[in-house]
Amino acid sequence: MAKRVAIVGTGQTFHKSHRPDVNGQELINEAVRAALADSGLKMDDIDAVIIGNMDHFEGINYVDCWSVDGSGATMKPIFKITTGGTTGCTIAIGGYHLVASGAFDRVLVIGWEKNSESDTSGAITTAFDPVWDRLVFAGAISGLAAEAQAYMARYGATDKDGARVSVRDRKHALNNPHAQLRKEVTLDEVLASPMLADPIHLLDVCPRTDGACAVIMASEDVAEKICKSPDWIWGTGNRHPYAYLGDADYGRLTSMKRASTEIFKKAGIKEPRKQINVIELYQPYSFAGIIWIEDMGIVEPGKGAEYIGSGATDMGGELPINPSGGVISCNPIGATGLIRCAEAAMQVMGKAEGRQVPDVNFAVSTGFGGCWWTDMVLHGKKKPNY
Amino acid sequence: MADIFKGIEPMVYKSRISVPYHWWAGETASRFLVALRDEQKILGTRCAACNKTYLPPRKNCPLCFSASMEWMEVSNEGTVVTFTVARRQLASLPRKAPVIFAMIKLDGADTAILHYLDGVDPGRVKIGMRVKAKFSKDRGARMQDIECFVPKGE
Repeated sequence: MAKRVAIVGTGQTFHKSHRPDVNGQELINEAVRAALADSGLKMDDIDAVIIGNMDHFEGINYVDCWSVDGSGATMKPIFKITTGGTTGCTIAIGGYHLVASGAFDRVLVIGWEKNSESDTSGAITTAFDPVWDRLVFAGAISGLAAEAQAYMARYGATDKDGARVSVRDRKHALNNPHAQLRKEVTLDEVLASPMLADPIHLLDVCPRTDGACAVIMASEDVAEKICKSPDWIWGTGNRHPYAYLGDADYGRLTSMKRASTEIFKKAGIKEPRKQINVIELYQPYSFAGIIWIEDMGIVEPGKGAEYIGSGATDMGGELPINPSGGVISCNPIGATGLIRCAEAAMQVMGKAEGRQVPDVNFAVSTGFGGCWWTDMVLHGKKKPNY
Repeated sequence: MADIFKGIEPMVYKSRISVPYHWWAGETASRFLVALRDEQKILGTRCAACNKTYLPPRKNCPLCFSASMEWMEVSNEGTVVTFTVARRQLASLPRKAPVIFAMIKLDGADTAILHYLDGVDPGRVKIGMRVKAKFSKDRGARMQDIECFVPKGE
């Protein structure tokens, strides 16, 4: 029988396009100290550490060992997990598994990236198969653009529908002191920004960011002693279907459908739109905010744009999405998925300050990786009844 | 945090590492690439159990993990499944922008391949458009032995 697991503390750095004032270890340390302070724990209390990033961004291969001065993991069990864009969410799932197994009571999970240290597009291209996909492809945006094109052709959405998502997230970012980009934009400004890859404009996509995030997870034996109202993890899902780029069903995120179906079934969530109170979606570009919530089962296929346009996912709406400003406002890639997890946990714990959604019972956080992967976590206020 | 640099003179060090990789294509891809180079044939592999023909060819079926795959020739004509037009000249973009990338499902295959689409104005590309392979004169057993795809009938 697996132990129930809760998040008892979170910490984030000040995320910026460049943080030359700190090296990677120091950046990691900033997040770790913030998470320890939030939970009231000391490094001595931590039983094991999981760390993740995307190796090619910094060119440092043995991050688990190299980072111990910053992470505090000297002579502790430390494991590195790296899964591209999904890394931040996969390490959260890894932390959950470590605690649920009963082997460790308190696990520190760290995601980080210094995107400013290399060529982001070049490094992302290394995620694609060298023989089949890499020679005729570049970066991440073209693949996302291909998804948006297919969705628009299938359901009749327009670039204005995508822009509406960007307007929402960029507005929400004003409430988050940790977001890198905190400037409101209009629909017209998004549509007038330079076209990168049709139909994606510059203001439809995420920036690149230096930043780190840390989350502390605890078993049910100790969680409530550390934190009076922790964030309970109700389920995790992880689907990595990629073989080659041409295998995907463009316009649908099948991995999201599979992961969310599994988790909601486990938790007894039959009407996700009504039962979930907030989502932190790993949404690297605007159109994903329409497409992927359909795959998550929030609305029917083809109804995403209408739902977003109604304001239902804005702060104060039926189901606010990305109160933090999301990935479009801040994207230190290896940390990005864990920031979603931390932000969802803060919502459940009532610690989200200026971006708090009232009365959160269930929250969802996700991770997305370059080759149509989904990682997902369901967070809840109550202790799971299983 | 405007004062993050206060009292700090940030030093930056440049990498002097160059790591040139070479990748062995493997027996399955090699057979495909040799057929492409020598016969301008496009080969996929088919899983009889799943009734699916994969392109690029697979040694194992990604759905049922069966290793009994049979080789099949697929057409050099197909349909655009989706596409985009890359407008920015990234360092990692091997051609001059704008570049049309298309996912093309060749007749007889159940999965698409990624390639360039040429011979059409970027504004006139449509999903569902019929295209055919244009083979390169300079062949070296690489995916670029197909130079690009072009609209059918042009």
